[in-house]
Order: sequence, then structure tokens, then C-alpha cells
Amino acid sequence: MTAEPSIPVRIDGGEEEAIAGPASARPVSSRAVLELRDVTKAYVLEGVVVHALCGVTLDVNEGEMLSIMGPSGSGKSTLMHIIGLLDHPTSGTVGVEGEDVVGMSANQLAAVRNKRIGFVFQSFNLLARTGALANVELPLVYAGLGAAERSRRAREALEGVDLGDRLRHTPSQLSGGQQQRVAIARALVTSPSIVLADEPTGNLDSRSGIEVMALLQRLNAAGITVVVVTHDANVARHGQRIVELRDGKVVRDALVTDRLFASDELVQLGMNTAAGADAVGAKAGGPA
Amino acid sequence: MSLVESFRIAMRALFANKVRSLLTMLGVIIGVSAVILLVAIGTGVQGQVTGAVQGLGSNVLFVFPGKINTGGGGSGFAGASGRPFSLSDARYLQQRLTGVDAVVPMSQGSATAKYQSKSVQPTLMGTTDEGRLVSSATLGGGRFFNRSENDAAARVAVIGYTVKTQLFPNVANPVGLTMTISGQRFTVIGWYEKRGGGIGGDQDNQISMPIGALQRITTTDRVAIILVKVTDAAEVDFVRAQITRFLEPRFGDQVTVFSQDQTLGIFNTLLGTLTIMLAGIAGISLLVGGIGIMNIMLVSVSERTREIGIRKAVGARTYDILSQFVIEAMMLSVLGGIIGILVGAGGALALSSVVPTKITPWAVAIAFFFSAGVGMFFGVYPAWKASGLDPIEALRHE
Repeated sequence: MTAEPSIPVRIDGGEEEAIAGPASARPVSSRAVLELRDVTKAYVLEGVVVHALCGVTLDVNEGEMLSIMGPSGSGKSTLMHIIGLLDHPTSGTVGVEGEDVVGMSANQLAAVRNKRIGFVFQSFNLLARTGALANVELPLVYAGLGAAERSRRAREALEGVDLGDRLRHTPSQLSGGQQQRVAIARALVTSPSIVLADEPTGNLDSRSGIEVMALLQRLNAAGITVVVVTHDANVARHGQRIVELRDGKVVRDALVTDRLFASDELVQLGMNTAAGADAVGAKAGGPA
Repeated sequence: MSLVESFRIAMRALFANKVRSLLTMLGVIIGVSAVILLVAIGTGVQGQVTGAVQGLGSNVLFVFPGKINTGGGGSGFAGASGRPFSLSDARYLQQRLTGVDAVVPMSQGSATAKYQSKSVQPTLMGTTDEGRLVSSATLGGGRFFNRSENDAAARVAVIGYTVKTQLFPNVANPVGLTMTISGQRFTVIGWYEKRGGGIGGDQDNQISMPIGALQRITTTDRVAIILVKVTDAAEVDFVRAQITRFLEPRFGDQVTVFSQDQTLGIFNTLLGTLTIMLAGIAGISLLVGGIGIMNIMLVSVSERTREIGIRKAVGARTYDILSQFVIEAMMLSVLGGIIGILVGAGGALALSSVVPTKITPWAVAIAFFFSAGVGMFFGVYPAWKASGLDPIEALRHE
């Protein structure tokens, strides 16, 4: 319905009308789950200093669905690693739920990741030859939970992503979409305050990609803060807010006015497939 | 993460690569079983020798030709190179010594004994008719040879239990039968009961005969040792002084007289050293097995870099990764150790009919804990490498 998107996005034919559902009306709390203040990251690569991030200040608010966008080399991967506490910034501060994490040791960071952050990766990153249930249990193992409690919570999480009947299946026995849903279940099982998805649709066909986005939107609607990192504008449009990076700086930070709703897309996709057309074929399965 | 959890993860990783795990364990299996087997043989031989010496009684003196140095923990017999005794030396002592029951020259040989289609390879013990006085063996039937047979170097034989059962399996009492030893015809005049004590079968694989008859087979007039049985144990030192004095004109100081305790001490030192040496050689193969474990663990770490990255991303601490890989290495070596103990013990039992073997608990314990230690030691470096991986780098790893 919006004529002019707030950011330049690639629009596939007849796609942009899927907007404004009930979820977009849900108020986003202004309390920040994640606060980045003037974060820089420089590293030396073959004798040359590379400035991956040059002073990024960013708040991720509780309950929002934020997309971080940028082309390759824009620093979005580095930003994602810093948000996910997998990497230390060179300077600046990072706060998770009001707690400064910059000075923390590797083990303290591991504990924060374990409790407060759920990861969803482009390449799923499930343990090979390990059943879905055991994969989902993994964070709970490191949280120190007993076997029965782990199994119960992992089963619930898998049921939550409609994989309650695939508990023993190993990654090689699951489709890409199913593997990504196992990964999402693993991200959710510790009840984190934030789920971080790095190109979650990058390795999926369009339909599975939309299903995964639908799942993330559903989680967000249930109150979980979701951060999606992507180079793909259409994937980014599933969020409420898009932060665009370029050359290590935030060049745009704006609310999405023409938000995409994956559940609507799925309905439409079903109709289009029936009509023999694959309107969104180039979208979610776009270049990785 | 609990230790139980680490064990479960290690178990799963080992079972995922069954062949590789087994081959890695093979090094430890060979090392541990070699330690146990070789120590069992060493201890078994030691036990046999000890039993043989102890069986002679506490008031027996051993007279060796040559000067044997027992001091300073030296390895005994290396210095024994004096002129050998002959039968006349034994007779000479017998005529002069007082306070003794018997003076018994002894020699050993080995030859093939045959009866009909059967043959055995026993130890031949040449002695005199008084040899029974310094022997712990009990006659099961027949008799020992007498003085006239001894003096005539008659071809008569008293056979050990193993010889009896192998040469004459269907004969309850082989006394009076004729066998050949090294082609010479010998008449069986008696046989010994089985000797007990778990020392091994070798003592039963013996044939006793007049020393003259033995010398005819071995074509030498040498006497290896002269045993002197003292009547009263209190007079052992007195007799020892006599022996030294009487033999001085013939041999100078090139004679050694040992009591039972000294003889035992010498043998124990010698065989103990041998056993430790064997165990040391086997221990080296255990070390090689440990290096094999380290090698495989390093391969495993680089192969599973991504897995380590995933584990770290979802909250594994450095310690969790470290313990996972150390426990995996330890399980390899401990499982290998257990299998090695079984193989080594089985081998020792299987060999006990050929060589005396005795499985010692301390060897089993040392082999086991050493193998576990090997796994720990060689597992720490790969595990430390794994635990120090940067999660981002690890996740990017293909």
C-alpha cells in the first residue's frame, strides 16, 4: 500500500501488497535489550589494518524485529559477531540487558551467550550424525540441566517448530528447511532474550525460506526480540526496522513501512504454485 | 557441564568412528598386553627358580666355580669364569668335609627323549645317588638310582611328571620301560609326582640320571655346581669355611660358596632386572601407542573444528571443550588398556604350558594406570588446542 519504500529494496512483481497485519500494530517497548555505543572493530589482515566497524551506535529494543542489512564487506558480519558476543569490539561498549559485556572473559561471555542469545546460522550449524533432539538439547547441556529436564524442554521446542515427529532424525535425514527449524528450536530452548539470525534463508529454497521467516515472525509476535542479518532486502522487509550498514557505518536506520508477512506470502505462494507461477522464486532463495 | 555428560559425548564421538577408534587403541592394546605378558614371564621364571632353590632346603650350600661378586648390586654371574669343577673335585670334598649329609655334584643338559612315536625335550639333571637328599621332588612310583648305578654311570632315569604324561600317556606306571635319550637307551626306574606351587610346568619337564650318564650325552666332564647339604643348620658357616679351605689349593680364590639366601638374592636381582628391562621395552610401545592417540586426537580436533565452534557459540566454556577431548583421549587409552590387560593375561595363560608365567596384580595395575596416564598426557595438547579455538574462526571452518 505504500508507494515509496523507506529504503531501496528490490521488489518482485506484485509482492509489496502484503503488509499491515495485526502484528505490526503491536507496540514495541522502548527498553533496549542490546545497546551498542560507538563500537569500532579493526583487525590486521596480511599486514593491512582493516576497519570493519567505524563507530556503530545501535539499540535493539525489547520485542522488536530488527533487520541489519548491507552488502558484502559492509561490516554486518562483524556487527553480528559482536552482537552475538562471539567477538570483542576494538573500542566502544556493548550492553546486554543493561550489563556491560566488553570486559568479560571468554567463559563469562559463553555463559551470557548460553542464557540470553539464540543463534540461527545460514548453514544451520547442527551437529552432524546427531539427532534433532540432541542438537536442541546442546545449549541446555552447557547450562548444566539434568537429562530429563533437557529432553522435556528440547521436545517442547521442537514441537514449537512443528518437528515433534522428527526427534531422532539426524541433519542428513532432514531437508534444509527442517534443519533450519531445528536450529531455531535450539536457539529458543534456553528462552533467550534475543534470537540472532544470520542469513537464515540463505541456503534455503524460496518456500522453505518464507517458512523460516514466518517462524521468526511468529516468535517475534510472541514477544521474543529477533535480529536478522541479511544482504537481501526482501528478507529484511520482514522486520519492523531496518538498519543499513555500509563501510562499517550505519547509513540508514528506519522503520519499515511496507513490512512483509511471511504467513501471507505462504498463502499467496500456494495460490501461485497452483497457477503454475513462482512469483517469489528469485526472492528468498536469491544469491547467497 | 557434568563429567557424565563429557563421557557421553566422548562415547558418541568414539562410536562414530569405530574403525579409527579401534586402530588407535591398538597401539595401547599392544603396549599394555606386552607389559603384562613380559612381566608375567619374568615373574614366572623368577618364581620357578626361587622355588627350585628353596626346594633344596635351608641348610644347603651352593659351590660355584669362579669368583662371583655379590657386592654393589652387580649382576652376579658375569664374573664367573673360573676353571670348571669336575667329578674328582666333588669326591675330594666328600672325603674331607665333616658335618655334612651329602656332597652332590650337578650338571644340566638338554636332549630329545623318545618312546615309540612320542618325543619330548626335557631338561636333563645329572646328579649322584645322593641327589634325592637335595631335591624337593617326591617320587610317585619306582625308586631313585642307587650308588652302584651311579658309580657305573648306568643308563637309568627318573622322569618328571610332564615327561611321564607326554611320553607314556597310557601307562600308569612306566617303571621298567625303555626310552631313548639322544639316541641312547635308558630304563625308567622311577617317576616324580607333579610339583605344585603354580611355579609352572618346567620343573616337571625333567629327567634325573647319574651324572656320569649325563656326561656321556653332553660329552663333557664338567660339573656345573656342587651342592653341600649340612647336617646341622648351625654349622653352615663352619662348613663354608672348610669348603673354601679345601678347595684353595686347587682353585685359589676362584670358588664361590653361597647359602640359599645368597643364591636366591642373586637370582632375584638378576631376574628382577631382566623383568624390569622387559617391562621397559614394552613400556616404550605403550608410549608409541600414546603418540598414536595424540595424532588421532589432533586429526579429530581439526576435523571437528566446526563442531567446536557450534558448541562454543551455544555456550560451551573453555573447560567444557577441554574436558570433552581429554576424556575422549582417556577413554581411548583406558579401553585399550582394558583390552590389553585381557589380551596380555590371555596370552600369559596360553603360554604357561611353554614358559612359566605368573600374572602379577601390580603389573596389571601399573599397565592400566600408565595407559590412562598416557591418554591424559597425550590428550591434553589436542584438547588445549581445541578449547583455545576462536568461535568465529571455528564456525567458518569448512
